[in-house]
Amino acid sequence: MHQEYTVIEGDFVNAGTASSSVKKTLKQLGVNPQVVKRVVVALYEAEVNAIAHAYGGKVLVDIDADKIHMVVADKGPGIPDIALAMQEGYSTARPEVRDMGFGAGMGLPNMQKNVDRLNVTSEVGVGTTVDMEVDFI
Amino acid sequence: MTLREVVKLLNGTVYLGENRLDEEVETGFASDLMSDVLTLKETPMLITGLCNVQTIRTCDMATLDIVVFVRNKKPTPDMVELAEDNDMVLISSSYSMFRAVGMLYEAGIKPLY
Repeated sequence: MHQEYTVIEGDFVNAGTASSSVKKTLKQLGVNPQVVKRVVVALYEAEVNAIAHAYGGKVLVDIDADKIHMVVADKGPGIPDIALAMQEGYSTARPEVRDMGFGAGMGLPNMQKNVDRLNVTSEVGVGTTVDMEVDFI
Repeated sequence: MTLREVVKLLNGTVYLGENRLDEEVETGFASDLMSDVLTLKETPMLITGLCNVQTIRTCDMATLDIVVFVRNKKPTPDMVELAEDNDMVLISSSYSMFRAVGMLYEAGIKPLY
């Protein structure tokens, strides 16, 4: 099953729309609730990041019998130092992101804790792609 | 303690979930930072001063369904609408975070860690 969502820059009100929809789908499919939680927490953090740091992007979701594959690809400034960005507490978020309850440098670490495979690729001035997989079993 | 007792203790106003007030609540977690809420494996009552749509979305993702807004923050109609979809309880209190959390702790609500 393939799903696609569009993320719009600065659209905080709709941050989580994709995650919310994926949550409903996985629940309908009878996926273990604890696995569902891991999936949607990671995807939600990635969505918030794309809205907060980039100029919009796409969320691509593929659900198979045994796993979910999620790609959040944004057009944006990119991440110059991915290792630094993965460190808990490191953040470049603007005040308005912090006003929404995010921007404390926990997004990428939170994603890593919740997924089975995480791959972050980024090109400065072009954008960032977060590729995540969670096994259902 | 029951949610009804929580409301009474905090002199709160119920914005959603009147039908659930007889439910028992045992644990609480207080934070204005939603990324911290997203790290939780448990599903405590959330006490927060962050009052926007992302508070509700975060609770949806983290499977929390009881929120106490402190510092007199009141949920907006779009927040209530979104929370309705998830059968949540939304309570507002004029007390500060410190006061609300202190009273709840004294009344027996347990921390997660």
